[in-house]
Amino acid sequence: MKHVFSVRIGPVGFRVGSDWRAPIRQLAALYAGYPQPEDGVPDFTVRLFAQRPWRRVIRPAVMIGGDFMIPDAAPLPLAQGLLAAEMAMNLQMALGQRRYLLLHASAVERDGRVLLMTGESGSGKSTLAALLSQRGWRLMGDEFALIDPVTGLAHAFPRLVSLKNAAIAVAEAAMPQARFGPLLEGTPKGAIRHLVPDAAAVAAMDMPGKPALLLFPRFGFAPDIRDVAPGEVFMRLTQASTNYVAMGERGFDALTRLVLSIPAQAIDYPDTKHALAQVEALWEAL
Amino acid sequence: MAAVYRAAPAEALRIVPLDAFTAIYHRASGITHLVGPPVPEILTALGPDGLTLPALIARLGDTYDLLDADEAALGARLDELVAAGLVRTA
Amino acid sequence: MSVGANGWLLARILRSPGDAAALDATGWTALIAIARAEQMIGTLAWRLHGTAMPPAVARILADARASADHGRTLALWEAEAARRALAPLGVPVVLLKGTAFVAAGLMAGQGRSIGDLDILVPRGSLDAVERALLENGWEWVKPDAYDDAYYRRWMHELPPLIHRDRDRMIDVHHTILPLTARITPDAQGLLAESVPLRAEEKGGLAMLSRTDVIVHAAAHLFADGDLAGGMRNLWDVHCLIEEFGVEGLVERAEHHGLGDAVGRALRLAAALYGDGATLSPGDRACLRRVTARDGWGSATRPWTRLAFYIRSHWLRMPPAMLARHLWTKWRKQSG
Repeated sequence: MKHVFSVRIGPVGFRVGSDWRAPIRQLAALYAGYPQPEDGVPDFTVRLFAQRPWRRVIRPAVMIGGDFMIPDAAPLPLAQGLLAAEMAMNLQMALGQRRYLLLHASAVERDGRVLLMTGESGSGKSTLAALLSQRGWRLMGDEFALIDPVTGLAHAFPRLVSLKNAAIAVAEAAMPQARFGPLLEGTPKGAIRHLVPDAAAVAAMDMPGKPALLLFPRFGFAPDIRDVAPGEVFMRLTQASTNYVAMGERGFDALTRLVLSIPAQAIDYPDTKHALAQVEALWEAL
Repeated sequence: MAAVYRAAPAEALRIVPLDAFTAIYHRASGITHLVGPPVPEILTALGPDGLTLPALIARLGDTYDLLDADEAALGARLDELVAAGLVRTA
Repeated sequence: MSVGANGWLLARILRSPGDAAALDATGWTALIAIARAEQMIGTLAWRLHGTAMPPAVARILADARASADHGRTLALWEAEAARRALAPLGVPVVLLKGTAFVAAGLMAGQGRSIGDLDILVPRGSLDAVERALLENGWEWVKPDAYDDAYYRRWMHELPPLIHRDRDRMIDVHHTILPLTARITPDAQGLLAESVPLRAEEKGGLAMLSRTDVIVHAAAHLFADGDLAGGMRNLWDVHCLIEEFGVEGLVERAEHHGLGDAVGRALRLAAALYGDGATLSPGDRACLRRVTARDGWGSATRPWTRLAFYIRSHWLRMPPAMLARHLWTKWRKQSG
C-alpha cells in the first residue's frame, strides 16, 4: 500500500497500510518512541483503503480491512482516519489473538503486581487507569489485558488510551503535561481523544506482571464495594473476553487459574476522586 | 433393561471447582460448562462404570444427602448431560 | 526468491517448504498476510512445522496450529451432534469437505480451516432430516420467503441452518451441484459408493469414495463458486491425489459429467502445488484469478474477479432464470 506504518505494542507487532498519508502521519507522531515489530514481521496487518479509487479524494471514506475483518464494517470519514486505524488494530486483537487470553480490561502495575479493571464502555476503566498512571502506577493498557496461559502473567498492551466524551476533560485537567491526539468529534462513539501513554509505560512494556486484584468499576452510583465470588467472576470474564472460546483449553486454563488466584471486587463510584480512594484502600488491604 | 449412564472418561473433562459453581471443560466439544450442584455430584456418582437412574438416585441419597431427588427431574438433567457429552448412555 | 508477493508465493512455499529459508522479513510478512486471506494459515503452519524461521514467525505459526487444532475439535463435535440427531432416521449421512478430511485423518485436513458442517443425504430424506435437525436445536438462519423458495427449488442444499447453542451452521446437500447447473452428477452413486468413517458405530457417518471426493472438490471449485477460495480448494485436490492417486478418477469424473472440471482441477493443482502441467489459456486465466492477491492480502485484479462472478452464475442457472434471480435480488436491495 502507498503509506505504511509499523509498530510493536507490548508483545504484538502491527503493520498499518493506508491509501492516505494523514492517518499514517498521526500514528507515527503518537507512537513515536515505540519499537518495531520483532524480527520485522508483524503479528497483524491492517489496511485503511478507499472502497472505490475516486473515494480517495471525493468525500474520502476510510474502509477498514486486514487479516481479520467483520463484514460490512461501516467506513469512517478521513478526518477520523486515526480512529479507523485504532479500531482496525483492536479488531485484529479481538478476532485474531490466539497467544494470550484477551480480557476487555484496563491494567496498571505497581511493585510487579497488576490491578485489572473490567467493565462495559462507560464504566471508567480507561479513565481510572490513566489517572492511576499519574499516581505511581505503571499503565499497562486501557483496553485489553493479555493473560499468558503458560505463566499466568499479565502482559502490557499500552496502545493509545481512548478517552471518550466527559472523560476527555477529566484527563486533560489531571494531566496538563501529557500528549494527546487530535480531538475527534462526531464519531460513532461521540467525541474521542487519544492520550499517549507516558514514557515509563512504553519503556517498561515488555515487563509482564502477576495479577493481584480484579475490580469491576461502575461509574455514576453511590460509593459501594462488594466481593464478587469466583463463579460469577468466571462467568463475567468469559463475557469480557473476545477470544475465550477460540483459545479452547488454554483459555480455560488461563481463566480458571486467574479466577482462583486473585480477589475480585465490584466498586461503585460517583466520581473519580472516590474511585481512586477505593482502589488505593483495596490495594493496601491485599 | 434400564439404561446405564456413565460419566465421560476422566481424560475427556477438565473439572475445576470455583465455589458453589464448578467449571467443566469438555475436550471433545471445546465447550465450557459452568454448573452448580448436583451436576458435579452426579458425575462423581456415575463414574466410569455407570449407574441406572434408580441406582443413581439411591447413591446420591446415600452420599450427598439429596433424598428429595425426583426421578423425572433427574432424568431430564441426565439427558441434558448426555446431549452435552458429559455423560454417555449404554 | 523470484516469486512476487501474490498467491504464487504461498503456493511455492507449500510445495517446497525449504524455500522459506530464503524469505526476508518482507517476504514472511507477505506470506502470512496472503495465507490468512486465503484461510490457509493453519495449512501453512503445519507444512512449515519444524523448519527454520525467525522467532516472531514461529510464534505466529504456533498460534495458527493451535487455532486449527481447536477448529478441528469443533468441527468433529458438530459432526457428532449431527450424527446423534440423524441416527434415529437410519439414513446415510456423508460428511463433505473439511469435516470429512479431518474425520478421516487426511493430509488435506491438516491445519485446514473449517467453517460450516456440510453433509450429503438422500434427496428423499430431506424432509425427515430437516425435521430432525429442527427438533434438535438447529434453526433457519434467515426466514426469507424468496431465498427459501429459491433454495428449495433450485439449489443442491437446504437453506442453511444454524445451531442455537453452538452457533454453527450446517449445510444439508442432496447432490454436489445446484439443480440449475447443466450438469447433474449421479447423486445416488455418490451415496452408494460412500465409505463408512467409523465402521463400529451403527448409524454412523461416511465420506465420499476416494474418487468421488476429488470429483466433488473439483465440482465445488468451478461450479459452486466464482473460484473464491481456489487456492485452498486446489490444495485439497493436490493432497487428495497425493493420498488416493488417480486410478479410476477420469472414468468416475466422466460418469458424473464432470470430466472437464476434474481435468482442469488436476492441471491447476499440479501447476500450483505439484510438478506442473501443460496449461490451456483458460487454465492460465483461472490461475491468474486464483492467485490474485498482493503482499497485504488484498484481492487484486477486480475485473478478473467480476468476470468470474458472472461466469459462475451463468454456469449455475439458465439465462432467463439468472435474469429473474438478479432482478429479484436487485429489487430487494433497492426496496
